[in-house]
Amino acid sequence: MSATTLDAAPSRLRLGLRAGMIGAVCLLAAFPVLNQLPETHALHVSDFLVSVSGKWICYAILALSLDLAWGYAGILSLGHGAFFALGGYAMGMHLMRLIGPRGVYGHPVLPDFMVFLGYRELPWYWLGFDSFAFAMLMVLLVPGMLALVLGWLCFRSRITGVYLSIITQAMTYALMLAFFRNDMGFGGNNGFTDFKELLGMPLNTGAARATLFYASLVSLVVCYLLCRWMTATKYGRVLTAIRDAESRVRFLGYDVTRHKLFAFVASAMMAGLAGALYVPQVGIINPGEFSPGNSIEAVVWVAVGGRGTLVGAVLGAFSVNGLKTWLTSAAPDLWLFVLGGLFVAVTLFLPKGLIGLLQGRGK
Amino acid sequence: MTDVTRISRRAALMGFGATLAAPAIGPAFGQGAPIKVGVLHSLSGTMAISETALRDTVLMMVNWINGRGGLLGRRVEAVVVDPASNWPLFAEKARELLQVHRVDVTFGCWTSVSRKSVLPVFEELNGMLFYPVQYEGEEESRNIFYTGAAPNQQAIPAVEYLMSADGGGARRIALLGTDYVYPRTTNRILRAFLNSKGIADADILEEYTPFGHSDWQGIVARVKRFAGEGKKTAIVSTINGDANVPFYRELGNQGIKAEDIPSVAFSVGEEELAGIDTRPLVGHLAAWNYFMSVQSPANTEFLNLWRAYINNPRRVTNDPMEATYVGFKMWAQAVAAAGTTGVDAVRTAMYGQKVDAPSGFTLEMHRNHHLSKPVMIGEVQADGQFNTVWKTPGPIVAENWSPFIPENANRRRG
Amino acid sequence: MARLLAILLMLALALPARAQDAFIDALAGLGGGFGAQAEAADRLGTLGDPRAIAPMRALSDGRLLRRADGTLIIRTDGGAIEAATGAPADATGAETVRINNRVRVALRGALGKLQLVSPDAGERLAAAEAVFRSPSAENVPLLDAALARETQPRIRERMELALAASRLVATDAAQKRAGIATLGASSSPEARAILLEARAQNADLLAEIEAAVAAIDRRLAVRRAAETFFQGLSLGSVLLLAALGLAVTFGVMGVINMAHGEFVMLGAYTTFLVQQALRDIPGLAPFALPLSIPAAFLVAGLGGLLMERGLIRHLYGRPLETLLLTFGVGMMIQQAVRLAFGAQNREVTSPPWMQGTLLLPFDIPVTANRLWILLFSLAFFVLIVAAIRFTRFGLEMRAVTQRRPIAAAMGIRTGRVDALTFAFGSGIAGIAGVALSQIDNVSPNLGTGYIIDSFLVVVFGGVGSLAGTLIASFGLGLINKVLEPWAGAVLAKVFVLVAVMVFIQRRPRGLFPQKGRAAEA
Repeated sequence: MSATTLDAAPSRLRLGLRAGMIGAVCLLAAFPVLNQLPETHALHVSDFLVSVSGKWICYAILALSLDLAWGYAGILSLGHGAFFALGGYAMGMHLMRLIGPRGVYGHPVLPDFMVFLGYRELPWYWLGFDSFAFAMLMVLLVPGMLALVLGWLCFRSRITGVYLSIITQAMTYALMLAFFRNDMGFGGNNGFTDFKELLGMPLNTGAARATLFYASLVSLVVCYLLCRWMTATKYGRVLTAIRDAESRVRFLGYDVTRHKLFAFVASAMMAGLAGALYVPQVGIINPGEFSPGNSIEAVVWVAVGGRGTLVGAVLGAFSVNGLKTWLTSAAPDLWLFVLGGLFVAVTLFLPKGLIGLLQGRGK
Repeated sequence: MTDVTRISRRAALMGFGATLAAPAIGPAFGQGAPIKVGVLHSLSGTMAISETALRDTVLMMVNWINGRGGLLGRRVEAVVVDPASNWPLFAEKARELLQVHRVDVTFGCWTSVSRKSVLPVFEELNGMLFYPVQYEGEEESRNIFYTGAAPNQQAIPAVEYLMSADGGGARRIALLGTDYVYPRTTNRILRAFLNSKGIADADILEEYTPFGHSDWQGIVARVKRFAGEGKKTAIVSTINGDANVPFYRELGNQGIKAEDIPSVAFSVGEEELAGIDTRPLVGHLAAWNYFMSVQSPANTEFLNLWRAYINNPRRVTNDPMEATYVGFKMWAQAVAAAGTTGVDAVRTAMYGQKVDAPSGFTLEMHRNHHLSKPVMIGEVQADGQFNTVWKTPGPIVAENWSPFIPENANRRRG
Repeated sequence: MARLLAILLMLALALPARAQDAFIDALAGLGGGFGAQAEAADRLGTLGDPRAIAPMRALSDGRLLRRADGTLIIRTDGGAIEAATGAPADATGAETVRINNRVRVALRGALGKLQLVSPDAGERLAAAEAVFRSPSAENVPLLDAALARETQPRIRERMELALAASRLVATDAAQKRAGIATLGASSSPEARAILLEARAQNADLLAEIEAAVAAIDRRLAVRRAAETFFQGLSLGSVLLLAALGLAVTFGVMGVINMAHGEFVMLGAYTTFLVQQALRDIPGLAPFALPLSIPAAFLVAGLGGLLMERGLIRHLYGRPLETLLLTFGVGMMIQQAVRLAFGAQNREVTSPPWMQGTLLLPFDIPVTANRLWILLFSLAFFVLIVAAIRFTRFGLEMRAVTQRRPIAAAMGIRTGRVDALTFAFGSGIAGIAGVALSQIDNVSPNLGTGYIIDSFLVVVFGGVGSLAGTLIASFGLGLINKVLEPWAGAVLAKVFVLVAVMVFIQRRPRGLFPQKGRAAEA
């Protein structure tokens, strides 16, 4: 397994990639502005493209977080979708509270689904979510705490490799089953929908979409820089060393558990943030987000883009999701063949992912 | 990786899209761009099992109308997308249909959650969606026309039948359902209804299982015990799609005969029965607004159209397909009446629109965006069809806001 | 036999001429509306005229036709006969008479009464069962007469219960007491239901009834525990079947095969195809299911072979990447099947010996299909273990997985062994599909539902240990079914998942960890 990250790659490539990245971010940042151009204009960006790329950005943050855990710390989590969904649920609860008396049944406090399931008052775990600050705190804390507990238990017992993967998969599966239950007080299968506003902005306007879009883009850049910083410091070097030879690092006297735990928790929080940004943009959060298939898909994005390179994870999320959006309309019966074939081809011919392709050319 | 292979792969992908996008060649049409019909049904994932037949039905109707010279002299074109049983993807695809493909109308969705997911999109962009599946009610969007049944058009008459002499005079009811909003709401309504008929809560068993539940041993055994408490017992099933086959197999194998514990299902149609050996299940019931076995000229026309289109004599029709068929005809009539495909004009023209439905009745679209529908109770036959044993004398108007849900009294919208 | 017939004949002849007219009168009702049909069935049952058996049976089987002039006709194997006279009849233009559940109940009761003295033992048992389920005071003399002649203990037992049930609705208090005592001495859930139902009308006998019910409950408690145990075993056998193939491909070879579920699904579709192909061949049709087993093994095994040689072989030493690759392959297989067979469920019928309920000793009811699958899974497990332990191929397989270079040095063609091992594991998955086709949907999504459980079972049992897989699947199945009545189906599963996660914390390599250097890889 090659541990070469971009730092070891030729500097021309590094510069080129960096320029490409900044260019791509600028291009993305221009989307909402170009959206204001008249539709006939050659540079017009449609509402659809703005909203769908907002969604891709959230996926990119998720991919980034997964890459931090998998690509650098060697923790292949098949349950990262759970952190994403938990962040989404925390945000969804806030959005539900903001609906207030505008629900179908006009109840001043209770969301619609609670009204017709016969709830008399808000369950205790819903308290506080009317405050944006509290909700944002939960967006980070809930996935973080879950990762802390799970990670502490697993890393302490030196559970690694596929065992860890299967445990994380079981975790997201168990959460999915639990959230599907209507008795949980999270809306069951339907989850939360029909959001009205966030921070005083009505959600169904172009302005709200643009705001959320920029919030996501800024989060992506911040998360990227954070990951870069984490992986470029000594801490990151140790992490990579743990990935490649855990026992040796342990014998050298490093506290492996704590190093891995830090990366895992940070990664889970990032995934939670991605989920929180995702929910108001797609307008729904439901237990389907916990499904193990979603988590595997996220792993696939990272692998397609290039594991162990932060840019690769982002690139993978954008390209796979872009392809999926295009193909589910262009070839609704056959898109699974194309996507499945792509995964096969990437593993066989591009072990370093799309980034590997660029690296090859850079040399 | 060399450049050559890269290019060829991309070329292959593009060729793919191009062949699929190539328009079908049909009769000559007058001036004007084609009218676009969006089809928003899952073609992969868990719901494909139910929804692909609805995609086929819409495509069949598009064919049909083009064969009759199109609409307003324009050709009708279907835009098919695959939301892949993924609810956020439903919202994305709805937006794509409306904003990129600029469809004039959309036929789509099966599950309630998919409808809830696309509803804000259709309202924001003022689109028009035809939703063809029976559901829990408690909704009324000006951008959606609901052509499936509301609870009073399916669940309540079915339970009334079970309690009648012909249905076996049940006094104890087991409500089995998949754990999601349709069974939960339907069962809440049914519980209130049963209480109003003098059946105590002790005589009602409510059990929920996850989607795709395949091990029914314990639950069927529990129903048997529940039935062994000395009163005539019946099962009301709101079990969804995939879980039905193992459920009915278990029912048959544990020897629960319709004579002893009849069951009535709201989500089991001809399509679901096609995967089961129905001989041990003869006499179990389903409540719908249409059965394939209905004898009516309109149904003959529907069946002929379907068989010609799908080119497979063994493929069956079912209630949501009929609802799609009726919805499409109604929409076409409304467009013809309005002289445009504009959503607001068509919406106004939809109210009061009538269609002779395959169910043998004339159905009307009401201002509450729901169809009036007849209710039919059918018994499972050994050949996988239903035999209608009871039906309402005429269509019933939908009560999408159920009077059995007390909170509807202080509802905001009217 | 001859004596019975003679009695039947005497019974028929003894009936006065007016009663025969009554038969014709009542018979016409069978062709009427549902209410009239039920009434006619009741009357025919009470009349006791054995000629009513044929038309009533025909009606309940959907073989009774009605001509436009109202004549009722019975469709038989060769042709058709008139229901009233038995004379050959012309069935052209006649329509099948439909019935509903109310009519079915009435027919069952009436046929039961008429067949209590049938020469056929099976019919008598069914009749006793039917009369048991529709108790009425007028059954008492019929049952008394039937019991006087009955010699088979099993039928007698049922008839006595039926008699007790009918006595319970009589007017005589002494008879009622006797009925309650007989019912209370049984361990039949139906008897319990009848007793409970009788509470409302018999306030004076409440104490006796409650005591009888309590006595039945005590006996049923044991049986219920046995039932739960069987349910757990059955779930365990399903898990075992689904996981066995994975225990080979993942456990032994270390390939994370996300397409494992798709091989299971291919096995189920093979069963469907074999059944379709043999449907019209009379000699082979009953053996469709057994024949599907080798067919499914070949189809799925061939699929596995192709996948291993074409794709996976390039990825050895990179186990996590096989996950990505097989995920993609799984997507493609699933969609290919969806396009080829349609997204709808396919019907795979169960052979007669796999339908219905069997009674184990102590009257423990088990469903036939699940019992067969349980036995099959155990036999199959033994076979696989034997194959790995005692055959040349098994030896080579173990050698390659333990120390590849040494095995190669010994002259084992490791590539070939890899391919065959993967094909073997995939073939096992295919066979699991044959079994699962008997309890689950045969649809493109079939495999998806089992993949997570399968991985969990293998990891819980200890990767590389077949015995661990066996223990893990039955253990998890039992725990799940014991929890289910308390927690509900969903929470029980969640508890099991959490329990496994916690367990792996304590024993990170499963129940039966592999020892030695391979474990560190």
